[in-house]
Amino acid sequence: MKPKISRAKDFYAGLIFAFFGVLALWEGRHYGMGTANRMGPGYLPNVLGVILCLLGLIISGRSLWLGSETLKPGALRPLVLVTVAVLAFTFLIQPLGLVLATLALVGISSIGSGEFRLREAVLLYLILVVLAVGLFVYVLKIPFRVWP
Amino acid sequence: MTEIIHNLMLGFGVALKPLYLFYCLVGVLLGTLVGVLPGIGALATIAMLLPVTFSLPPEASLIMLAGIYYGAQYGGSTTSILVNIPGEAACVVTCIEGYQMARQGRAGPALSIAALASFFAGSIATGIIVLFGPPLTEVALKFGQAEYFSLMLLGLVGAVVLAHGSLLKAFAMVFLGLLFGLVGTDVYSGITRYNFGTRELFDGIGFVPPAIGLFGFAEIIANMEQKETVEVFTTKVRKMMPSRTDFQASWKAILRGTALGSFLGILPGGGALLSSFVSYTLEKKIAADPARFGKGAIEGVAGPEAANNAGAQTSFIPMLTLGIPGNAVMALMVGAMMIQGIVPGPGVMTERPELFWGLIASMWVGNLLLVVLNLPLIGIWIRLLTIPYRLLFPAILLFCCIGTYSVNNSTFDVLMATGFGLLGYLFRKFDCEPAPLILGFILGPMLEENLRRAMLLSRGDPTVFLTRPISLGILLTAVFLLLLTVLPVIQRTRGVVFKE
Repeated sequence: MKPKISRAKDFYAGLIFAFFGVLALWEGRHYGMGTANRMGPGYLPNVLGVILCLLGLIISGRSLWLGSETLKPGALRPLVLVTVAVLAFTFLIQPLGLVLATLALVGISSIGSGEFRLREAVLLYLILVVLAVGLFVYVLKIPFRVWP
Repeated sequence: MTEIIHNLMLGFGVALKPLYLFYCLVGVLLGTLVGVLPGIGALATIAMLLPVTFSLPPEASLIMLAGIYYGAQYGGSTTSILVNIPGEAACVVTCIEGYQMARQGRAGPALSIAALASFFAGSIATGIIVLFGPPLTEVALKFGQAEYFSLMLLGLVGAVVLAHGSLLKAFAMVFLGLLFGLVGTDVYSGITRYNFGTRELFDGIGFVPPAIGLFGFAEIIANMEQKETVEVFTTKVRKMMPSRTDFQASWKAILRGTALGSFLGILPGGGALLSSFVSYTLEKKIAADPARFGKGAIEGVAGPEAANNAGAQTSFIPMLTLGIPGNAVMALMVGAMMIQGIVPGPGVMTERPELFWGLIASMWVGNLLLVVLNLPLIGIWIRLLTIPYRLLFPAILLFCCIGTYSVNNSTFDVLMATGFGLLGYLFRKFDCEPAPLILGFILGPMLEENLRRAMLLSRGDPTVFLTRPISLGILLTAVFLLLLTVLPVIQRTRGVVFKE
């Protein structure tokens, strides 16, 4: 059974590998191959780049000939939600500190989960923030900014 | 013999110190917790805690992380039996018979036999490490660069062969992992590779961001997509003790599972997951009445549970003696050692005997703690299962973020983890296993260094890998493993083993 290209899993998997292969070869073009005796910094990266390109092409090509399992459509919401929550934490931790960055992360995840309950979310936040500050700042003494 | 006793005394002396006992307890409790919870596994937890271990003494760090790995095997079986969802990948097969037993009101005996089988297997496997660790270390000390290079190739081939799904994709994942491992300054030439103009990549990619991204973030996204409603099998777990017939039916399965798991754990690419699958298949095949399987046969719980714990433990052998990780969890353990400034390899046993033997002794202590604590605490674990995922995932997400950030106080690391998370999500969508990638990533720099040095010493003659007998033997094993997968018979069973 040949599915449409646009839905063949292996077609995309192959493209990813080929992409990294090309990237490795392009960035690695000046690294210096050296000799078999004294391998340069570019030797292994370029070899890996070629292998990845070939494997990527074979995997993609094979899916066109033999077909492959079709891609199940994924829900976009979890992907966006997790990414946004993590990014918010990342960019807030240095300027605003742990307490507010945690608020952003927990707030975004709770509201975005589609089953938001205010009291539950507040309680969760309080527990997590006490745990996080207690464990990382007081027990493990990792130098975090806690407050803005 | 006196040597062994002396070593064991040394080990228990370390493992029973209150401080290390405490970290062992923390490790096995955390392991059971994440084992019970379906959304998070031992791998993500170890990755999350890697930064934390920075401030601990090396013994405490490794004892705790090891405890998480084998503790998760105990916890995972609880979820498999009571909810029919594997709490941990290695407990997938326990669902088959365990859940059927629970439906027949025999959850108690199923849980008990799982715990006892795990304990028995864990004790034997610890003994095997004690017996085989030192001789293997002696052999490893004679290894040159050529042997190490071949050994790493074997490890990577093993990881590919034992990954499920397409061989080609698993190979591509390994090569991609190797490439990620090469990012950063090359020690020989001083050239910085693949840093794309950033300062942060000068020293290469740390192992926390890819581990958290691939096994933490990607896993959370995948779990939220599934949106399964968890229904806990709330039959009263009253009678815990297995009956006499239960014991009679399972003791042989436990022995077989232990032997199988101990052997498969040592193999490159092996570990808990593979062991439990093979054990279940074996028990089903040799059963006098195979029709009982699928309807709550206790051997189908006892065998795989023994096997996964034995496999989890013996997979430490190549990591401890050769410094070469056989599976993704061991790759992170290597990372934990490097954080502490310890070079994994045969030197660990001779230079840091208290660490080596302390860790091994702690495994037995940890197994004992698990058996003593788990059965009475089963009520608490069951209650944990009823926590909805909408409350769990923000907590997991938060600790993943804090953990990654705290390694270098760097936002760049968290961004990188997010990137790996997205990549990992795509790979999951396209049926590419992330475990071979992590192995390749950890082995990348070591592989390159040994390749270069071996070639330098042989003056550019690549036959050096074939003319040295040990190296040749290792390479032949790798070729043999590869050939096995091409055989149609094996190919069919390989599909069956992982799909069942």
